[in-house]
Amino acid sequence: MTTAPVLNRREFLKTGAAGGAALVVAFHLPGSAFAAAEDQEKKTPNPLNAWVRITPDNRVTLILGKSEMGQGAMTALPMILAEELYLDWKQVSVEQAPTDPKIYDHGTGGSGSVAGSWLPLRRAGAAAREMFVTAAAQHWNVSRDTCKAQNGGVLHGARKQFLTYGELVEDAAKLPVPDLNTVPLKNSDDFTIVGHDRKRFEAAAKSTGAAKFGIDSRMPGMEYAVIARCPVFGGKVAKFDATKAKAVPGVRDVISIDAVGEGAFTSGGVVVLADNSWAAIQGRKALDITWDEGPNTGESSESLRKHFIENAAKPGKVVRSDGDADAALGSAAKKVEAVYELPFAPHACMEPMNCTVHIRPEGAEAWVPTQAPQWAQAVIAGVAKLPPEKVNVHTTLMGGGFGRRYQADFVMEAAQVAKVTGKPVQVLWTREDDMQHDFYRPASYHRMQGAVDAQGKLAAWKHFQSSTSIAAVWDKNGKEKPEASEFATAAFIPYETPNFRVEYALAHSGVPRAWWRSVEHSSSGFVVETFVDELAAAAGVDPLKFRLELIGDARKIPDFTNPKQNKPLDTARLKAVLQLAAEKAEWGLPAAAGSPAVAGKQLPKGVARGIAGYYSFESYTAAVAEVSVDKGKVRVHRIVYAVDCGRPVNPSGVVAQVESAAVYALSAVMKDAITIDRGRVQQANFNDYDMPRMSEMPKIEVHLVMSKEDPTGIGEPGLPVVAPAVGNAIFAATGKRLRRLPIRNEDLA
Amino acid sequence: MATTFTLNGKSRTVDVSPDMPLLWVLRDTLNMTGTKFGCGMALCGACTVHINGEAARSCITPVSSVAGKKITTIEGLSADGNHPVQQAWIAEDVPQCGYCQSGQIMSAVALLAKKPNPTDADIDDFMSGNICRCGTYQRIRKAIHRAAATPAGKAKSA
Repeated sequence: MTTAPVLNRREFLKTGAAGGAALVVAFHLPGSAFAAAEDQEKKTPNPLNAWVRITPDNRVTLILGKSEMGQGAMTALPMILAEELYLDWKQVSVEQAPTDPKIYDHGTGGSGSVAGSWLPLRRAGAAAREMFVTAAAQHWNVSRDTCKAQNGGVLHGARKQFLTYGELVEDAAKLPVPDLNTVPLKNSDDFTIVGHDRKRFEAAAKSTGAAKFGIDSRMPGMEYAVIARCPVFGGKVAKFDATKAKAVPGVRDVISIDAVGEGAFTSGGVVVLADNSWAAIQGRKALDITWDEGPNTGESSESLRKHFIENAAKPGKVVRSDGDADAALGSAAKKVEAVYELPFAPHACMEPMNCTVHIRPEGAEAWVPTQAPQWAQAVIAGVAKLPPEKVNVHTTLMGGGFGRRYQADFVMEAAQVAKVTGKPVQVLWTREDDMQHDFYRPASYHRMQGAVDAQGKLAAWKHFQSSTSIAAVWDKNGKEKPEASEFATAAFIPYETPNFRVEYALAHSGVPRAWWRSVEHSSSGFVVETFVDELAAAAGVDPLKFRLELIGDARKIPDFTNPKQNKPLDTARLKAVLQLAAEKAEWGLPAAAGSPAVAGKQLPKGVARGIAGYYSFESYTAAVAEVSVDKGKVRVHRIVYAVDCGRPVNPSGVVAQVESAAVYALSAVMKDAITIDRGRVQQANFNDYDMPRMSEMPKIEVHLVMSKEDPTGIGEPGLPVVAPAVGNAIFAATGKRLRRLPIRNEDLA
Repeated sequence: MATTFTLNGKSRTVDVSPDMPLLWVLRDTLNMTGTKFGCGMALCGACTVHINGEAARSCITPVSSVAGKKITTIEGLSADGNHPVQQAWIAEDVPQCGYCQSGQIMSAVALLAKKPNPTDADIDDFMSGNICRCGTYQRIRKAIHRAAATPAGKAKSA
């Protein structure tokens, strides 16, 4: 396995990989973006969860518990360290930290890796650098002021002497580590790595087939398993006959596992163990199972929609109310009302879920493609009845994560099987399993009402939402203000109005839900940025001008969903990205059939544009989409982005994340929906839930704001603006509003 | 049943069920995991290999059908990752999660063997059977053009 180091933490802190002396600086990186800060503190008795290790061979290794799922964290994070340590980029490598039960908060999600690690990594790098400078000054017996870090070593200017960090390791390691809170940081004007493109570390391994994903884990004597799960959510096995399955060549055994509720949310099912994946899949086809389909067989997309509409007929729970929106709507000159609908959406990671586990009486070993290794460890430990420190979890590369791999259902299943067999086992999900047993982006229904007064000001904004919330699954005590989080930025929109009201009603569903790339922002961005466009049209004002005017003067709007964190929406930065996207796209170009006076400076024939701007994960994103519509068929030609995610650490990586989010968003806008019938998912594979293909790709241009603010999220913020920008462009082209996703030809015909 | 074929230049014999798809023979029998499982129905292209020089979806190719044929997988494309298409992939920083890229690269190499100077339309046409959930399509397109521009990129097909 090349995916994770097998090392004992005490060992590597004492010595380097080569066995000699090493300078190690330990520090803390915040982990899960989903846990409340105070919870993390309580659960983190040892706050040190990341290390910089410099060895006599002058290699610098960053060891941290972040997972690489394609987002590029394992490249951007060492860049920050290398900057403060004045390293030659080639000296640096990065290792997955071993999973430590005492450190609760390893976790990768919420677009938080770079944002949360920025300051801690700078401080750790600066601390090591200061130690090396001191060690060098002592070695030469000169004043510290005459020495400076440079190119992976320390230079004494006057004597033109140079010692590498490697040569200084032994001396530096004897010095006290400076206080990380006060250690001097590099002047950002002198940055030579941060802000400059670096190629991802593992690009070569991912271009040669050498990169090992979870599914590529192989252990001696390993069995391959697939599981037959009840197709209806909440159903279970009533009885089964494995006679025919066991007769399939290569099948070794058939067992059953129970469903697990809170803590993993698995379906249980019948497990076929075989010599290889194919035999296991064939064996599963030969199973004769009678399901107890449970309480959810009455649920369908139609029944859920009816439930939404019934909810919308009653007042919802008031999440926020400023002024008197109902009164203002009653007396408004220009009133707009619209309903928006979004379906369940699957993650559809290219690497289907899988987990490889070996449970022995004295300990367990697991290879897990996970965003939450501690959770995986806890789950396996629980099943194995072992203390967590006896469970060695190797976090592997992931073929996509997007929030799906923050779950532990696939880990629980593998642990249950491994516990029974006592042998190494890989539980593999087929594409059908992955599509039909996901934790989906919630389905939601939004009734919007707004009014514009005679001066073009926003007189009122009322947003009613009913959804199958995530909070209802995961946060039953309502600690995290679940209604507000369902709205995300829709609960503190940047458009100024004296009368603002947000109401919520929970819709009940048996369909599992959880975090999907950009989470609630994926629906809130669509709803808010389409509805403001509807208001602009009603007011007869250009959509960009309308937005800029309603945003108004520069101000900071507190995050209503998370007021304790003092991270407000800065309207000046939002305006700036809207203006930058508009400028780069040449917003305002006349349509092809337009004024002949500007011939040569007009949109291509049949192409129309829409714009959207949005705030999420503390980043600001705007997009201009160019589309054409021919007989109800939409083609997106170009998307021009402007993005302010603070200082871009690896600009090429930031652009890649925005390009990626655009395509992920287009999938949910242009392609298919997850629909429910008789309590089960109707789609199974890429034939009925297709992905955007090369031939459907628009040109995507990403313009970054070269900000000096601290870095903020980038894995997700590119997503929420796509649906409204495309929908608003469709309106510009056809006069028809995109109010439900994905696009259906009949809505545009 | 024993089946013999040439895999990355070496003769291999496997004793497996004749209807077992080549994908699983590669991954589970021969432990060559560079070729990926994505859908099992030839819908996503993650399992693309070359059979006698033609791109093929190994997930629906019964091993019995490749008896006596020459198979190239991502591991056999070059000894040290220096195939012009692999080099172009690295130069354009194409991979994100990277899971689909073995299949993307195998398709791209097959495309360049047929059309040494592909147009965007050629690329759309040939590459639309390969899904990338990370949306690296734009960089894949650039990398194919880059590989086509190197003299070795045209000549060196597997």
